[in-house]
Amino acid sequence: MDFNVIWYIIIGLLLVGYAILDGFDLGVGILHLFSKGDHDRRIMLNSIGPVWDGNEVWLITAGGALFAAFPEVYATAFSGFYLPFMLLLIALIFRAVSIEFRSKEPSRLWRNTWDRSFSIGSMLAAILFGIAIGNVIIGFSIGPDKVYQGTFFDLITPYTILTGFFNLSMFAMHGAIYLNLKTEGELQKQVQGWIKRTYFIFVIMFLITTGATLYLRPEMVANFSFGMVELPGAYHALVEKNQTIISILAWLIVVLNLLSIANIPRTLAKDKPMQTFISSACTIGAIIGLFALGIFPNMMISSLSPDFNLNIYNGASTEYTLRTMFFVAIWGFPFVFAYTSLIYWTYRGKTKLNESSY
Amino acid sequence: MDLDIEFLSRLQFAFTIMFHYIFPPFSIGMGLLLVIYESLYFFTRQKIYESITRFWIKIFAANFSVGVATGIVMEFEFGTNWATYSRFVGDIFGSPLAAEGIFAFFLESGFLAILLFGWDRVKPGVHLFATCMVALGSMMSAFWIVVANSWQQTPVAYELAVTADGYTRAVITDFWGVVFNPSSMVRFFHVIVGSWIQGAFLIMSVAAYFIIKKKNLEFAYRSFTLALIVAAVSALIQPAIGHYHAQVVGEYQPAKLAAFEGLYKTQKSAPLSIVGWTDPDERKTYGIEVPGLLSFLLYNDFEAEVIGLDQFPEEDWPPVAQVFQTYHLMVALGMLFIALSLVSLFLLYRKKLFETRWLMKLFIPMVILPVVANQAGWVSAERGRQPWLVQDLLRTSDGLSKSVTAPEVLISLTLFFIVYTLLFFVWLYVLDREIKHGPEDYEHGAETYQHRAERMDPLEKFIK
Repeated sequence: MDFNVIWYIIIGLLLVGYAILDGFDLGVGILHLFSKGDHDRRIMLNSIGPVWDGNEVWLITAGGALFAAFPEVYATAFSGFYLPFMLLLIALIFRAVSIEFRSKEPSRLWRNTWDRSFSIGSMLAAILFGIAIGNVIIGFSIGPDKVYQGTFFDLITPYTILTGFFNLSMFAMHGAIYLNLKTEGELQKQVQGWIKRTYFIFVIMFLITTGATLYLRPEMVANFSFGMVELPGAYHALVEKNQTIISILAWLIVVLNLLSIANIPRTLAKDKPMQTFISSACTIGAIIGLFALGIFPNMMISSLSPDFNLNIYNGASTEYTLRTMFFVAIWGFPFVFAYTSLIYWTYRGKTKLNESSY
Repeated sequence: MDLDIEFLSRLQFAFTIMFHYIFPPFSIGMGLLLVIYESLYFFTRQKIYESITRFWIKIFAANFSVGVATGIVMEFEFGTNWATYSRFVGDIFGSPLAAEGIFAFFLESGFLAILLFGWDRVKPGVHLFATCMVALGSMMSAFWIVVANSWQQTPVAYELAVTADGYTRAVITDFWGVVFNPSSMVRFFHVIVGSWIQGAFLIMSVAAYFIIKKKNLEFAYRSFTLALIVAAVSALIQPAIGHYHAQVVGEYQPAKLAAFEGLYKTQKSAPLSIVGWTDPDERKTYGIEVPGLLSFLLYNDFEAEVIGLDQFPEEDWPPVAQVFQTYHLMVALGMLFIALSLVSLFLLYRKKLFETRWLMKLFIPMVILPVVANQAGWVSAERGRQPWLVQDLLRTSDGLSKSVTAPEVLISLTLFFIVYTLLFFVWLYVLDREIKHGPEDYEHGAETYQHRAERMDPLEKFIK
């Protein structure tokens, strides 16, 4: 295993961390407008108050790591995805400042305005992430010079809209499951109702999206197939050598995915909110794992020719940078896990309002 | 109208970064003062310092959230608008950005949660530790971002390599060489000290407002005094750092230095202009000049030869007039901060500072000037590097994204303009509300803190 593969895994883990952590606070934002009354809305906001900023850092770090390790991929993706990313930035800005500013003024107009911008910002962000991932699966029109050749409208297809809404449903469910941990009483009952509805929508979206993906991109299963499905373009030596182990690993993730999805209603019925949350976190992790294994060793697929794909080699920095940054990451991550655990431990338990709350 | 993508992308970058750069210096400067205030609370156990710390934390939070929200934009823009540049420098430039995420942002955001919401959750010592970590994190974040910027100004530890696709990119040869490139440390200290001044002036401005309004006086006196000490020390050391910084610029970016001073001809005993104006068409600089001083400042020798713009082809000149004026504005404001803080310290020592109403009134609007000084310094540094995106390696016009069209940039620029304008006014409104509301009196003792003893107040003798 070389540093290119290791960095592919590190960035994958950063994205999994981001999707699990910011996923639930985006989800709380998506559901925010369904809660009624100032007290409930404050509980919703304060359930993510101490952690959302740290959660977003996973995205910033994933962006920085992508720039450092795979600059070509970073450049092609960010410039090709220009307008959607700009919208994403605006959405994230609104979301961030809405959380901070809402509490500063008791007036209803003021609070309703920030409630809306918080919720719409969260929905838009979730949809845009889904659209981005959908485009990576379906392929961009990347030319021989690694530059995206399409326009904004080429990015918005029925399939990518589907993945956008799939992600919206997944984050909404995950957010509701998180709120089940943080709320009590009437609000918690309402939240449990949201879990049931969002779970139902999520499962339907999951089935449709999986079906559409396999129909449109059958080669997504190449790394799962024990060598029976051909991958267009470069086959990675690592996959060729360890075909069986990798396919078994891939199928284990499929099983994990199905089990964790099935475990959500079971643990909900048994009233074990923490286990429900872990199941939905595993679901998200498994889905990103399947996506990452599906496109490996490519990072961006060209819809024009497999020769123009950006993979973990032609998109990467030099060996020296990858190695140096690997040691930087090794030094940094124990600290990251330490602070993250400290914060979640400090703010464990049900959300209560006090004078430093939003 | 023909839309020029280069112009629009540069305008967008300038606008988004100048807006963003209002906030981090406040966070860095206030971060240091929060550590000082909270340490005083922790060690003296005086409730007044709890009020002080908790009030400034609220102001800090409003700043910080706008800073974070506008900061992500900067990281994205390298890829969205400057993709060719990102391909060229990715091997080098991405590393400090990733390190900033791993080492600074996680630290900051983690402990920020305790700083903002932790009063009733953690012990006072843990809270103080969290405050220190947030302050440290904001400085580490500045460090990595300044490292990335400095490498573009003084690129070292790289070689040019041709990729398999046949274009050239810069490839790193020594990571620590990049981190400690010739200008990174001096520029880092220059930025940090500038930030301390900016943060301290914000606190002095609000405290002066309370003093004029005769509200929260105990609170205001103590806040002001400590901020004044930070401002005075920072203002006094800044010229020394600036001086050394100018020598580094003179050595590595002579065209920028020549533009700072409007020096068109290479000459011995070059003069330093105090104020003036420069005309790039006539190639003349008018104003009050001290002969030989520039040579002395750069080389410790009044006779030394200084390289002028005539040594560079005109297409490699920075926009001389803008660089000259912003640079001189920054220096002049720096001098003003020294004068003002020395006068104030003298009056504080004579116990007359807070009765000197004209001075207190002056301090209220004064908060704007350090912001202007920091922005002017930033503009002179960045405009002074033009037309190079990476000094002598990559021109700004060659760094653009190929797949992005001018209308797309126009749309995003308009969006940013609208959103940031809105954000700016909301931020002002929220600050205004917080300030009008004023600090709380934390008299509920036992609930928040076990006061073992009310000890001596170290500031007592200055303000009473």
